[in-house]
Amino acid sequence: MELTSEEVKKVADLARLTLSEEEVEQYREQLSAVLDYVEQLNELALDGVTPTTHAVGQQNVLREDEARPSLGLEDVLYNAPAHTRRQFLIQAVLEDE
Amino acid sequence: MNVTELTLTELRRRLRQGSVTSVAATEAVLQRIIDLDNDLRAYLTVSDALALEMARDADERRALGEDGPLLGVPIAVKDIICTQGVETTAGSRILEGFIPPYDATVVARLRAAGAVIVGKTNTDEFAMGSSTENSGYVTTRNPWDHEHVPGGSSGGSAAAVAAGLAFGALGTDTGGSVRQPASFCGVVGMRPTYGRVSRWGVIAYASSLDQVGPFGRTVADCAAILQVIAGHDALDSTSIDAPVPDYEAALTGDISGLRIGVPQEYFAEGLDPQVDAAVGRAIEQLEAMGAQTVVISLPHTRYALPAYYLIAPAEASANLARYDGVRYGPRCEGSNVVDTVKQTRALFGAETKRRIMLGTYALSAGYYEAYYGQALKARTLIQNDFLQAFESVDVIAAPTCPTTAFRIGERTADPLSMYLADVLTVPVNLSAGCGLSLPCGFDDAGLPIGMQLIGNTLQEATVLNVAYAYERATGWNRKRPVETR
Repeated sequence: MELTSEEVKKVADLARLTLSEEEVEQYREQLSAVLDYVEQLNELALDGVTPTTHAVGQQNVLREDEARPSLGLEDVLYNAPAHTRRQFLIQAVLEDE
Repeated sequence: MNVTELTLTELRRRLRQGSVTSVAATEAVLQRIIDLDNDLRAYLTVSDALALEMARDADERRALGEDGPLLGVPIAVKDIICTQGVETTAGSRILEGFIPPYDATVVARLRAAGAVIVGKTNTDEFAMGSSTENSGYVTTRNPWDHEHVPGGSSGGSAAAVAAGLAFGALGTDTGGSVRQPASFCGVVGMRPTYGRVSRWGVIAYASSLDQVGPFGRTVADCAAILQVIAGHDALDSTSIDAPVPDYEAALTGDISGLRIGVPQEYFAEGLDPQVDAAVGRAIEQLEAMGAQTVVISLPHTRYALPAYYLIAPAEASANLARYDGVRYGPRCEGSNVVDTVKQTRALFGAETKRRIMLGTYALSAGYYEAYYGQALKARTLIQNDFLQAFESVDVIAAPTCPTTAFRIGERTADPLSMYLADVLTVPVNLSAGCGLSLPCGFDDAGLPIGMQLIGNTLQEATVLNVAYAYERATGWNRKRPVETR
């Protein structure tokens, strides 16, 4: 599977990554090689096989919905690069008209 | 004799006996880190003040007649596991300076058992790698030869235990990241069954595969640590609610009549002849001790690595979406909020970006079924291989890695060649089994060779006992790396 530069840029954008032109070409080559490798799976007859999402399939793990203490505000905000003591501070998400 | 040369279980015996104190053992370890770790670079953070405080506390508790499973024993923790108040980076620049507000369950259990936390060990960024060369900070060196890698991703933990910079350590194993560095560094490392050990507070790489495991210089050391960290945790909904057996009591050394499967696919092309020979001799040794060996087939083995390199990156691309510079870690301010997220995510290293992109691609519209969907189905076939094998054998014996430790820099230019270092460990992660690596010899260059023992779901005790029997009969673990500076 040979990826194009456009596909690499599109995937990077979906993943919120910025790549230099040099990186685009490097990843294009490397990811194409990895995709070629994983396409070995197409040798297998997989129609009708049930997919496995977890090693030890546990289902519907439930607990009582009881209120429990959670982290205090100070602990939650401690690692934030910017905060107001009450909330995380980020740039405006909605632009002014 | 320097106290750092003791095994964990021997140190514990002496601590109980009162012939050594935790402060003395901890000071000796900290001194050895000062002496050796500038070159070795096993640790990212040495929590020396905390360690000495914990050691003093352990000695005081001991003086009051208290005891604990690891009371006073210095242990290292992989830097992908959250430690309250001690910087935790997952080997990534994107978490530089992150101080977790809580302990991972495994760390809380170490503390409750009385362990002394020495520091945080180096890892490939977000556990993505097989050599620690993908760490955002430093490459750890192999204690047996500083020109070689220690393996990865838990290479720092493996090197610390091998070099006597801790009496035991925690790592994580998503595709072999405990067993492979254990093999490269000549120590014992175990990946327990998925769900046996809580993942709460472990920074997520691939959630359906991640599992915490112990490193020790001996099998008994590993059993002692596993005993403390195993068990159900309500905070991890994938945690298994089953009783934890007494792993140390299971070490009888009696393996007569045990059926050991030898999977022909693990002795295929690409296997170093010296590894082949050493593991072959180890299997003969198991036979000599009364085990019965059976050649078995795990026919889908070669599809495990391709399936893994779709499943793990797919899960990683979702898990790593959270690193946006809003709640923790550094922020690189851009022209608007989306640009800021993108600029911040430039802190990811090359391999992390590669896997995020691979996973994003494999999950994207139009490709999901062709890649991720196929991989999940292949996983079923791989899991069935093991289930079928365990109908006729108790344990499977194989090499841990196709080679011994490779040279630093040898595989960094070609991601696929790096991925192949995990070809024999990844199948266990996709299955519902557990696996362990222990030393079974050395190659001509003096680098350790590891044998992998694989057990069925929750059969850790059986695997540990086979390893114990072999270790007791051969004693490869008694050979230690020569100090080089």
